[in-house]
Amino acid sequence: MPKVIGEAKKSFMTGNETAAWACLAAGADMMFGYPITPQNEIMHYWTRLAPRYGRGFLQTEDELSAGFTVCGAVQSGKKAFTATAGPGNVLMQEPFGMAEAMRLPLLAIIQQRGGPSSGTVVYSQQEVTLTTFGGNGEGMRIVYSTATHQEIYDYIIKGFNTAWQYRFPVFILGDGYQAKMREPLEIYDPEDRGIEMLKPYPLIGLEGEIGQSREPQHLCNIYSLEEELYEVVMKMAAEYESLQDSLVEYDEKNCDDADIIILSHGVVSRAAEDAMKILRTQGIKAGYFRPITLRPYPQQQLRNAIAKSGAKIILCAESAYGQLDRLTKQEIYGETIKMENLFMPGVGIIDYDIVDKVKSVI
Amino acid sequence: MSAIAPAMPKSWYVPSKPHKFCPGCGHGIVLKALGEAIDELGIQDQAIFGCDIGCSLLSWDFFAVDSTQTHHGRTTPVMVGIKRSRPELICIGYMGDGGGYSIGSQHLLNSAVRNEKVTLILVNNTNYGMTGGQMAPTTLPGQKTETSPYGRDPETTGYPTMGPEFIAALTSDSAYIARGTVSKYKQLKKYIRSALQNQISGNGFSFVEVLSTCPTNWRTNAQQTWNFLEDEMEKQFPVGELKNPLGKGEK
Repeated sequence: MPKVIGEAKKSFMTGNETAAWACLAAGADMMFGYPITPQNEIMHYWTRLAPRYGRGFLQTEDELSAGFTVCGAVQSGKKAFTATAGPGNVLMQEPFGMAEAMRLPLLAIIQQRGGPSSGTVVYSQQEVTLTTFGGNGEGMRIVYSTATHQEIYDYIIKGFNTAWQYRFPVFILGDGYQAKMREPLEIYDPEDRGIEMLKPYPLIGLEGEIGQSREPQHLCNIYSLEEELYEVVMKMAAEYESLQDSLVEYDEKNCDDADIIILSHGVVSRAAEDAMKILRTQGIKAGYFRPITLRPYPQQQLRNAIAKSGAKIILCAESAYGQLDRLTKQEIYGETIKMENLFMPGVGIIDYDIVDKVKSVI
Repeated sequence: MSAIAPAMPKSWYVPSKPHKFCPGCGHGIVLKALGEAIDELGIQDQAIFGCDIGCSLLSWDFFAVDSTQTHHGRTTPVMVGIKRSRPELICIGYMGDGGGYSIGSQHLLNSAVRNEKVTLILVNNTNYGMTGGQMAPTTLPGQKTETSPYGRDPETTGYPTMGPEFIAALTSDSAYIARGTVSKYKQLKKYIRSALQNQISGNGFSFVEVLSTCPTNWRTNAQQTWNFLEDEMEKQFPVGELKNPLGKGEK
């Protein structure tokens, strides 16, 4: 395969453009998608770039179809992905559930928009619950919440490998701000950074003569007996849990002596880090903790941060009405630290929103 | 008296036989025709069989071909995703009338419009069999089902979906469209074989609706079952080829 990027280079582009380049550099074979704002430009860039590198694209009739065509493509042994947002993410929970059940290594980029319902086309962090635990399953997924364009690029490359290594569906959880704004980043070929991209392999459509050199493959996601399903789910849960330590990622700053830990994820964590710095200059001992993986959640790392800091308060700041807050509370059950919140559903959060809130609660 | 072993297509998966369809169900006949067509065309190793949810689900391990079971109505996009990724594979989607004409109708319609090079076989037994005999898009006017206990009233629930007719209107001439019936086995096998050949030839979308029987939910005996199929259903749903780009030479 010819190199996509060549020499690593500084670029100045939107998050959606970044996502398309990252999928290309990661060796994605196919994209299936359906238009919805704010993810459209991922398709726009992909449709322009893909034919030059022998990659495929299909605009499907809806998000159900986009999700299920990705499932089919992955089963046939291709690195395939989709991108969606909001109500499209709701529809895609059905195929994502199939991917979870059948351990299909698909990758989906979610650019969160306002909700509920059609909400806004602009921005939110309101698809956390849906992306982490959507569908009629147990949330056996891997969800990376990115904060910068560099991370969109890095985690898409990493995400394809995570998906194909562990065969759990992987989500890159961005948002409308990250999708649409431009900022600098460095794009590169994974190989040049010593990242070996895993090769996809087929689950059906295998080589060989059936009955002679191999048995036919029968893939299914439905079972006749409760006990059969129970065994499948318990085995999957055990495997997922055993991987947690190697999958969790987080970022932590100034938690050693913090009186208050500002908890946030995604693009809001940029405001949180700035707020922490401002508060420190004003003599307030603020710390910063950011889960990068929302599934699995770095709960032990957050517990450690609470313990070592002796902080009495966590301030959870999010552009949603308590989705990160609820997730965190279930993950750190048993901790007695007080949790305050700054919930701003569907709108952006800047450093002084957080600074003011911190001052009002300490 | 020596037992005579039934002639089983090579492409059938023997460990899953006898199959699990109800006595008198037409699925076994459709799947036998499909199995023989796969054998005759020699595509067992390249075929991908995809099945829907509903009674068609019971075919998930029916064939000794690579198979995948999907969700209700979603077999079409899964087959499209595979075919778009691996054009050398022969993708066969198998579904019922509920999966194809109701919950998955957008996929059927749009894959036909895009002339996706897949073969879809839709079994029409005028009701939702697996879930206990509810009204389907194909239920006949006046026919009693669990959700039309006084008979389907076209005033409030419309007339039966004429699948091949509407798909024929949407597709280009390279599509193969037919309606067969389990009461005419040789013709049915020819249609299914043509629908596969059309995909193998790279022409385009291929679709066969098959009129089939459901004595369990129809609550009919053997005679009544056959009469309903041959008299009532075939009157509403004309059997024949609607589009055949292969021409009359295909046998």
